[in-house]
Amino acid sequence: MASALAHPGLLLVAAALALAALEGRARAALALAAPAGALALAWNLEEGVHGRADFLGLALVPFAADALSRLFAIVFALMAFCGALFALNQERRAELPAAFLYAGSAIGAVLAGDLLTLFVFWEAMAVGSTLVLWSAATPSAYRASLRYLMVHLAGGTLLLVGIAAQVLETGSAAFAPMRPEGFAQWLILAAFLVNAAAWPLSAWLPDAYPEASWSGMVFLSAFTTKTAVYALLRGFPGAEILVPVGLVMVFYGIVYALLENDMRRILAYSIVNKVGFMVAGAGIGTPMALNGAAAHAFTHILYKALLLMSAGSVLYRTGRRLCTDLGGLWRSMPLTCACGIVGALSSSSFPLTSGFVSKSMIGQAAAEGHLFVVWMLFAAASAGVFLHAGFPWFVFFQKDSGLRPPDPPWNMRAAMLLLAALCIGLGIAYGPLYALLPYSATYEPYTAWHLVAQLQLLLFSGLAFFAMLGWLKRTRTITLDTDWLWRGAPARAVARTAAACAAAFATAEARLRAGLRSAGAQARRLHGPQAPLARTWPSGAIGIGVMSLLLALLLSYYLSGG
Amino acid sequence: MRLAWTLFALALAASVAAQLFVAAEPHFALEGLFAFHAVYGFLACAGLIVFAKALGALLKRRDDYYDG
Repeated sequence: MASALAHPGLLLVAAALALAALEGRARAALALAAPAGALALAWNLEEGVHGRADFLGLALVPFAADALSRLFAIVFALMAFCGALFALNQERRAELPAAFLYAGSAIGAVLAGDLLTLFVFWEAMAVGSTLVLWSAATPSAYRASLRYLMVHLAGGTLLLVGIAAQVLETGSAAFAPMRPEGFAQWLILAAFLVNAAAWPLSAWLPDAYPEASWSGMVFLSAFTTKTAVYALLRGFPGAEILVPVGLVMVFYGIVYALLENDMRRILAYSIVNKVGFMVAGAGIGTPMALNGAAAHAFTHILYKALLLMSAGSVLYRTGRRLCTDLGGLWRSMPLTCACGIVGALSSSSFPLTSGFVSKSMIGQAAAEGHLFVVWMLFAAASAGVFLHAGFPWFVFFQKDSGLRPPDPPWNMRAAMLLLAALCIGLGIAYGPLYALLPYSATYEPYTAWHLVAQLQLLLFSGLAFFAMLGWLKRTRTITLDTDWLWRGAPARAVARTAAACAAAFATAEARLRAGLRSAGAQARRLHGPQAPLARTWPSGAIGIGVMSLLLALLLSYYLSGG
Repeated sequence: MRLAWTLFALALAASVAAQLFVAAEPHFALEGLFAFHAVYGFLACAGLIVFAKALGALLKRRDDYYDG
């Protein structure tokens, strides 16, 4: 039972509560020590079951670990540490505790051995991430957070109904591989895909995440989608439907990022793109593909955090978020610029970066499975990814915006340097990452052929980028997405219809009330106190009445009887 | 600026030329063609940019679209 207390996720949740009460140095110390402790616990996790419980006659396993969940727990804890370091100087005191609740719940979800525990942590993540959004404390963040919460509560409901149906069907709440074949499994799959930001349910991500504070989005980028990737890898490996779903996400992410002006929304669309590779990997389902998806999730969390820290530093120093308002910042923010470039190269799977040794495994799996079309689309998308790596170009080069902000404070610089070192370190010495991978499949990233092929692909993508730069010029626009349905004309039409119905109902109600009131007045006039039909009569009058009736009777008797 | 473009052009040429000295390990026959990745990478990006531009013509709105 002692091992049940050594739960890295619960440690972070407990730290979240303690952080809310602390100030100053003690707060900073705990903010770094808690995720470091969680990382140590996750690193030393032994495979197997660490906690059992009985609930309503169901055997639950709230705490279990294997290679797959250990990999995700490690990268989540590592991410919480880097994010906390970056956010040390965040003035909004609620954000870090909310982020720890969020990160701890994500770790809890990947260490859940049964579906009910998974559901509990799944919902706790929705709460934690919404609180992170709230701590940005702007009206637009609040509105976006409500839309975000609606989507995730709906997803949570799908998950709960799916789990209930699954338990009814099988009598067990165990979280084991499933096939999308019955009602229960489809609902569970749909709930996982909501959190993975699969199109057309992807719009919540680029809608909400960029509204978070400069440090908040760093946390948001890491946990929700990657927990969903974990859930797909464990729950639906080899489900063919995931391949087209993932490919749509891949291209949706690229195209929307190309049209976007908000620097952090570009990166948000790029998250959908990357998660698409992982979802497709889960769908291919071979050991190589699953390893590739897991490895890519690991490296993606780190380089995406680095990119968002770079963008967050720019936002922190300038308060601006649109590419059209930025440019030329390399002069005064050289470190932020360099770290942004490392993140972008890693994101494009450039050789010697972490993206090169991880994402290519998924393409390799497609090739080994003789999935020619899938492989061609992966290659096209890998080239296209280089285009939205244009983020550093628009922010740090492009034109001189006249802004000369300095690099951010030491803790933010340290967090970026740490992540940049990890991006390059894992790209060169990938052994420790491969040792964490859950399945046995040997892959050698640095072959001469792979290097040449990838360099050709990326360099000529770069040529297309610079040759067609005029077409890529950012404008002060947004691009309509599926959230238009609940934010744009359809939502307004529904609102107008609802208002018209409410008005008609109010009129009908008023008429009915008036009718009832006049009927009541009439009844009161006739039957009310002292009204003609309800007046009390003196007993003498009744006596006279009865007597005259009797007299009339007597009279009629005499007259008839004679 | 001219220097940057020259260096970039050299890098492009080098990446294609390097294929002459490397044993090809193509997964599919198409991939083994000379400079396949270079041509395919360029065309894929150009195609994506054109597609994005067309989609943008349909779906782009002023960025205060939802604020009104």
